[in-house]
Amino acid sequence: MVIETQGLTKRYGKVVAVDGLDLRIEAGEVYGLLGPNGSGKTTTILMLLGLTEPSAGTVRVLGLDPTREPLSLKKQVGYLPDSVGFYNEMTAWENLAYTARLNGLPRDLSRIRIERVLQRMGLAEVAHRPVSAFSRGMRQRLGLAEVLLKEPRVVVLDEPTLGLDPEAAQEFLKMIQSLKAEGITVLLSSHLLHQVQTICDRVGLFHKGKLVLEGRVEELAQRILGGAYRIRLEATPLDGLVERLQALPEVSRVQTDTRGLRLEASLDIRPQVARTVLEAGAALHSLSLEQPSLDEVYARYFQEVRHAA
Amino acid sequence: MQPSPNKLRREGSPWTGLWAVFFKEMADHLSSTRMRILEVLILFSAVGAVYAGAQTLRQTIGEDPFLLLRVFTAAQDPLPSFVAFLSFFLPLAAIALGFDAINGEYNRNTLSRILAQPIYRDALLWGKFLAGLATLALILLALFLLVVGLGLVFLGVPPGSEEVGRALLFLLATLAYTGVWLGVALVTSVLFRSAATSALAAIAVWLFFALFWGIIAQLLAQAVAPFDPFDPESELRQTEALLAFSRLSPNTLYAEAIQVLLNPGIRSLGPVLITQLQGALLGSPLPLGQSFLLAWPQLTGLIALTLLLFALAYVLFQRREVRA
Repeated sequence: MVIETQGLTKRYGKVVAVDGLDLRIEAGEVYGLLGPNGSGKTTTILMLLGLTEPSAGTVRVLGLDPTREPLSLKKQVGYLPDSVGFYNEMTAWENLAYTARLNGLPRDLSRIRIERVLQRMGLAEVAHRPVSAFSRGMRQRLGLAEVLLKEPRVVVLDEPTLGLDPEAAQEFLKMIQSLKAEGITVLLSSHLLHQVQTICDRVGLFHKGKLVLEGRVEELAQRILGGAYRIRLEATPLDGLVERLQALPEVSRVQTDTRGLRLEASLDIRPQVARTVLEAGAALHSLSLEQPSLDEVYARYFQEVRHAA
Repeated sequence: MQPSPNKLRREGSPWTGLWAVFFKEMADHLSSTRMRILEVLILFSAVGAVYAGAQTLRQTIGEDPFLLLRVFTAAQDPLPSFVAFLSFFLPLAAIALGFDAINGEYNRNTLSRILAQPIYRDALLWGKFLAGLATLALILLALFLLVVGLGLVFLGVPPGSEEVGRALLFLLATLAYTGVWLGVALVTSVLFRSAATSALAAIAVWLFFALFWGIIAQLLAQAVAPFDPFDPESELRQTEALLAFSRLSPNTLYAEAIQVLLNPGIRSLGPVLITQLQGALLGSPLPLGQSFLLAWPQLTGLIALTLLLFALAYVLFQRREVRA
């Protein structure tokens, strides 16, 4: 177990930011801490790193207590804060050199490592330019370079794709995924569920300081959405199709939207759907299986919670 | 669960990373535009003051065993003396170097990144404080040597060993005084999130002591020990009360310390009764050791105040949330 918390709680006055969190993350996992803004993700991360003290509960990261053994913990854990900042008047290289000195790396070793991480993050050409000229995406990559500088065993990323354009975000996610291949455990937080769901092995959904759902994305979809298969089709005309499709035994739900129909089914019944559409005399333009999205899981879960209440 | 005593201790040394922070901050200070402005300001005023002072000295005093010390203190009318310049500019320089020490890290979003490195907060705060102090010491030493050199050029008289000793002690007192204002700036930089507010607050504290504390001390002294025209002792009591109150200000402490150190003729900082002067050789200078003893409480007061302010900044900073 790389990260383990028990009953972790943080109170700011009367506000409970994190409420009795039990988190277990295994070595080599990519774990997504997901949830809306203000649901306690960043507070949790700060407690894991010993940057804020828990009000109650225990934390162990790599077997170390963040409040009592922060130095050996922070030597092995890299942290990329949300909206990471650098010293603007210094170059990328100088910023990393400062971090290397704070980590107590010898000069020769730090030179080699800085070169390597800048190369890896695609920043080698701008290494000697001041950070003030960097774009948001470049800063984020410099942040990851800084994290990798200490060759960490665990990497904690807070909202890593926030403020990046879609292309840069995808690129950045690929870089994060490449960490897994090196055996680094990754904990990332995000409120952009659909962006990070592809790279997470497991996710935990946060709501008001509590971990309300946890598991693999497919499992959660299966559990919350019932039928995990969602079929999208475009056909003209739509008249009468809804009733016919609804009549199929595997279909639990049919929705109409601007582009066509969405079915929820317990099995992959694309052939039957195609046959039904053609038998109804309609023209079939497209038929596809949709991946379940976490956004939906999240929205549906809270719909149910509210209905139950 | 009962925590064992060992569990209450933190691992490792609080000084880990101190020198990394120190050298980075020092490099920042020395290359900053802020520093350029300060250097030019201080340089011009110091050279002006010394030149004017030396002119007066050449005209008036022919024989003075403490010529170098006179260079520090002599003033010619529109221009104040070198010492007066220093006591005016150095607090400002210290505030300029310290007012955004901690809140600057918040505002640049660098604090959580730096604290995620294997160092304690102690190292960050100490590193910043020491770097500020070292930078100020550097300015001060450069200025001091410049003034001594200029004094030599203008007057052509080499200083004696006692004079050099006094000048070095004066340097130490000035550094302690500067440390107080660096401490004030450090505290405001932890207290206020906005750099502008922090600078204003620190300058307000400085103005308070520079302009208003004298008046307030007078009012307090009158309230505590009212003057009775039929009781001559009441006058003495009031004077002593005034002295005690005004010594709460670092400005007073510094002024008294350098007065004693730079003027060997001064034998007491408080009121002196005529009976106490019996047998004294008036006008003869005190030896260096005696002057140092006289300035000792003031010197330790300034150093203690610096440490106290640093401790306050430390406590505030340790409790501050990393998050904005």
